Amino acid sequence: MERIPILRIGDLLLVSIQVDMHDRLAMTLQDDLTERIVRDSAKGVLIDISALDLVDSFIGRMISNTAAMARVLDAQTVLVGMQPAVAITLVELGLTLPGVKTALNVEKGMALLGKSHLR
Amino acid sequence: MNMNQAPVAVLFNSRLLTTGGREIQHSATLPLRSDEHVVSVRKLVREQALELKLSLVEQTKLVTAASELARNTIKYGGGGMVLAQMLSDGVRRGLRLVFADDGPGIVDIEQALRDGFTSGGGLGLGLGGAKRLVDEFDIDSRGGEGTAVAIIKWKK
Repeated sequence: MERIPILRIGDLLLVSIQVDMHDRLAMTLQDDLTERIVRDSAKGVLIDISALDLVDSFIGRMISNTAAMARVLDAQTVLVGMQPAVAITLVELGLTLPGVKTALNVEKGMALLGKSHLR
Repeated sequence: MNMNQAPVAVLFNSRLLTTGGREIQHSATLPLRSDEHVVSVRKLVREQALELKLSLVEQTKLVTAASELARNTIKYGGGGMVLAQMLSDGVRRGLRLVFADDGPGIVDIEQALRDGFTSGGGLGLGLGGAKRLVDEFDIDSRGGEGTAVAIIKWKK
């Protein structure tokens, strides 16, 4: 079955979405991430969407849900690399991703997660 | 049902299947039965938006609207088709997309267009959100017969 790889870096999980996701693939990623947070005792999840030229309501909901699930499993989620055109479209669509932290790139996202650990 | 089966005919006799006098330069149809078909629609619409020389933001808005409506056709309409038409009204060119299904129809269109309304466990942003992302939006739905949604994005 088609899957999006999840990389582990220390106590962080990194996902870089490089394919145009259909809905089942998005759901599989949500399930896989939740499982890996527990298995790897991850404290942070970085989701890189810099290669995505579209985030619609389904993908947006998957990201929000993943962040919420991670939160109750004691992990922080940061969404990084959103393209400007995608951001404009998301807001116009009415999707504001409540509860999801964002950063401009992976490096800044890691810095954000690093800081929140110390708290 | 054969997932690759392309719908061969107009699903129901909707007024949205005519363009209101605008010239059709070329057109294409795709079936909408599975998740993978939603991805195919995004790809087709992206290609046509590029042909129309839409800006990146306008391309993204159109492809996102198409993705929402394609999913609705499958999820709520039980599957159907999309018709993509490159239009000209004499002054400007635009891409028109018609999503049609032969599902149960929408009883209260006003309610369905309102943000937050959903009958299927989604976010309820699909229809109203798609409407905001395009230049023209029209919907024709009949109980027991089906739903057709037409959108147009003009090259400005």
